[in-house]
Amino acid sequence: MNSRWLPVGARLLRGAPAACLIGLALAAEPLSPLAVIRIAEGAYVFYGAQEDASATNDGAIANLGFVIGERCVAVIDTGGSRVEGARLLAAVRAATDRPVCAVINTHMHPDHVYGDSAFVAQDPQFIGHVHLAPALAARSASYARALQRTLGEQARESQLVMPTRNVTPGQPYALDLGGRTLTLRAWRTAHTDNDLTVFDERTGTLWAGDLLFAERIPSLDGSLIGWLAVMDEIEGMNPKQVIPGHGPSDNWRLALASQRRYLRALADDTRAAIRAHRSMIQAVEQVAASERDRWLLFDAYHRRNVAAAYAELEWED
Amino acid sequence: MIKRYRTWLTLPLLSAVCAIAPARAQDAETDIWHKLRDVHFAGRSFEPSSDAVVSLEAPNRAEDAAVVPILIHAVRPQDPDRWVRKIYLIIDKNPSPLGAVFTLTPDSGRADIETRIRIEDYSWVRAIAETDDGKLYMAMKYVKASGGCSAPAGKDMEAAMARLGRMKFRTDGQVQLNQPNLAELMISHPNVSGLAMDQLTRLYAPPRFVRAIQVSFAGKPILSADVDFTISENPNFRFYFVPRTDGELKAEVVDSSNATFQTSVAIRGGSAAGS
Repeated sequence: MNSRWLPVGARLLRGAPAACLIGLALAAEPLSPLAVIRIAEGAYVFYGAQEDASATNDGAIANLGFVIGERCVAVIDTGGSRVEGARLLAAVRAATDRPVCAVINTHMHPDHVYGDSAFVAQDPQFIGHVHLAPALAARSASYARALQRTLGEQARESQLVMPTRNVTPGQPYALDLGGRTLTLRAWRTAHTDNDLTVFDERTGTLWAGDLLFAERIPSLDGSLIGWLAVMDEIEGMNPKQVIPGHGPSDNWRLALASQRRYLRALADDTRAAIRAHRSMIQAVEQVAASERDRWLLFDAYHRRNVAAAYAELEWED
Repeated sequence: MIKRYRTWLTLPLLSAVCAIAPARAQDAETDIWHKLRDVHFAGRSFEPSSDAVVSLEAPNRAEDAAVVPILIHAVRPQDPDRWVRKIYLIIDKNPSPLGAVFTLTPDSGRADIETRIRIEDYSWVRAIAETDDGKLYMAMKYVKASGGCSAPAGKDMEAAMARLGRMKFRTDGQVQLNQPNLAELMISHPNVSGLAMDQLTRLYAPPRFVRAIQVSFAGKPILSADVDFTISENPNFRFYFVPRTDGELKAEVVDSSNATFQTSVAIRGGSAAGS
């Protein structure tokens, strides 16, 4: 296929699910706007369900939102499906008629990025960590399969969109929305290798993406040691409020402390298991079991966290 | 009534396909398996009951499709009169389904292998034990995992390449003579599959993976393995060996670029020195 004839398609990754349904527009039924909450002046959050993605919740499990400047709007993460992205756009439209000039992805995970394609027609810049594009490209086929399995019909028309602007660690990017500047910061490998935070200078609000989980168990897909270090730096930024990637934003210091306790227990217990020459299979059953009652979805993610921690730490020293 | 009758007439044609497909998804007698069986075990039959010979432990839903820990467990110890000489590891839906062939000896003591594998799509994982009399026994497990082979290896490829080929042996504290002792071989290697395509450039990272491992004790073979990128990054194997005397536990590893790596550890009666 010659991508010159597909100006939109050229920006989208092919091989995404339900390609055969493209053309059966979503327009058939008007989409209700996501129920966003105003958390500061000109800043709105949709709090995702504290569940695993499923056809029942349309994959709407991550926190998303947008910030309105004098000139235009920045969207921060777009949800787990095109449908959710379209509902977020409807929420933007209900709040303001200013154009969407930026879609920011805090990292690669499907529950945060699959709504991007609903914004392509707005022609914003798509902004991500410099490692986001290769990470999405490498996982596009398996993400598409997983989305189809998880959401079924709700996955329709959901496609990944490649970033048009990269942010590099050590070089924060100032995004001007007209009288309001967002500072985008790319981090070293932590939750993933492409985490990016958004700081709204005007209200002192930090959008942390999945660098912070509240109440829901953190999932490790990057570096345990890196994540613990990045958390210290985020704390040092001393924001007025923090929007986590999942869960409530009412007490970010408590959420950060809980996450630190869990990740430290994961690191300490995994190191002890490795020193005691327990295998990965044994470690998965034993490490940080005391944390079970303290998190939502513990059984769905904890074992994979231990396996990831083990693989990271076994070559230490 | 008439309407309902019509529905009954037309629906079965459609629903037969939809309703049976999910049930078949976990039926182990798949077309893929039949093809693999015909390629790798042509003309051979499988013993009807394998429970007394081999079992396979793997997660129902993989923690991470690129690092799925599995344990192949031989029920009986390696008796010189009856022992497991080969274990084949097959992941039906992987791009390279026959991921490993382990060759064992009576000096292995136990034919147990614990390692970590990549799984590309929801699939049956099969451990096939071949005993010294040539009989085949199969243990299997359906594992839900996706994207393990096509995911990029490693978070930091530069660091991985810098320590490529480093190896470590670990044994459990006191090594007991004339008994099976657990040993762990750790190999630092990115084990690049060559299947992770960069969709921007449409280029694949070139494959580079460990393809052969030979472990010996005091000059006698314990375990050898023909493997590929099915084995996860930083290949790791736990297995057993029976020391009859003091000696050297030694591993030789060859990768797909024909680079060779070696490590060894001195084993003394009653104790071990770590490497």
